[in-house]
Amino acid sequence: MVLDCKHVWAQISDYIEGDVAPELREAIEEHLAHCRHCAAVLDSTRNILVLIADDRTFELPVGYSDRLHARLQEEIAGGE
Amino acid sequence: MTARAHSTGTMAGESPAIRDAELIARILAGEREQFHELVRPYERSVYLAAYSILQNQQDAEDAAQETVLKALKNLSSFRAESKFSTWLVSIAINEARARLRHARVLKFESVDESPPDEDGGFTPSVISDWREVPLQALERKELRQLLRQAIASLPEMYREVLLLRDVEEFSIAESAAALGVSEGVVKTRLLRARLMMQKILAPQLASKRSGLFGLFRNRAGGSWF
Repeated sequence: MVLDCKHVWAQISDYIEGDVAPELREAIEEHLAHCRHCAAVLDSTRNILVLIADDRTFELPVGYSDRLHARLQEEIAGGE
Repeated sequence: MTARAHSTGTMAGESPAIRDAELIARILAGEREQFHELVRPYERSVYLAAYSILQNQQDAEDAAQETVLKALKNLSSFRAESKFSTWLVSIAINEARARLRHARVLKFESVDESPPDEDGGFTPSVISDWREVPLQALERKELRQLLRQAIASLPEMYREVLLLRDVEEFSIAESAAALGVSEGVVKTRLLRARLMMQKILAPQLASKRSGLFGLFRNRAGGSWF
C-alpha cells in the first residue's frame, strides 16, 4: 500500500489514537520515514496535544471549587 | 503531564466506577452530604465542558453549578450502565448549550450552525521540521494564551470534542456518550479539530520559538529539551 501525503493527513488522528489496522500503520510509517513534511505534521500535532492536555493550559477560576460546593451545600441543606 | 482529575479522590485499589457506585448508593439512601465527594473528581471536567461551549469563565461557572444541582436532583435516574462522569458531563454540555441558545436568541442570532463538510478539504500546516515545545514552556503565560486562543477559534463542534478527548482525556466512547453522537462522528471531528490546531499553532509556535520561549533553549545547541 502506497500512500500520498493527503492520505496520511486523513489518518493522522486515528494513527495518534493507535486506531489503524496493522497494514495501514505500516504504510503510514513507511511514508513518514521518507516524508519529512508529514513527519513534522505528526510531531507538531502530537506536541500540541501534549501541551493542551496539561492542567496549566486551562486553569479553573480561583475559588471555583469553593463556590461550587457552597452552592451545593445550600441545596443539600435545603432539601432535607 | 500532571495528574488527571478523573483519577483523583479514589481510595487505593478502588476503581472510580466502584467508588462512584458506592457513593451513589449512600446518597440515594439519604446521605446527601456524600454528593460533595461524588462530584469532586469531576469538577474540572464539568467546568471545561461548559467552557468549551460558552467561552466565558463566569458563564461556564454558572453552568457548572447548575449542572451539579441538576445531577443531585436527578441522581435517582442515573443508570449504572454509563459512567457517572460521562453522565455528569453530558448534563454540563446540555446546560451550556441551552444557555448558549438562549443568549443567541436574545442577540437575534441563528441557533443553527451550518455543519462544515465532514470529509475532507482540510490541510495541516506543512512544515519541514518540528522541534518540540517542552512542557516547561507552559510556565510562560504567552504560550498558555496561544493554546487557549487556538481552541477558542475552533467551531463549537470541534472545540467540544477536542476539550473532551484531548484536554480532559475522555475515551472516544465516553466522548461520544457525553456528546450524544456516534464514535465515528467523534473520530471525524477529532481529526479536523487536531489538524486545525496544528494549522493554527505550528507556524505561530515555530516563529515565536526564539523570542517567546528562548528561555527554554538548552545551552548546548539551542534546541528544545
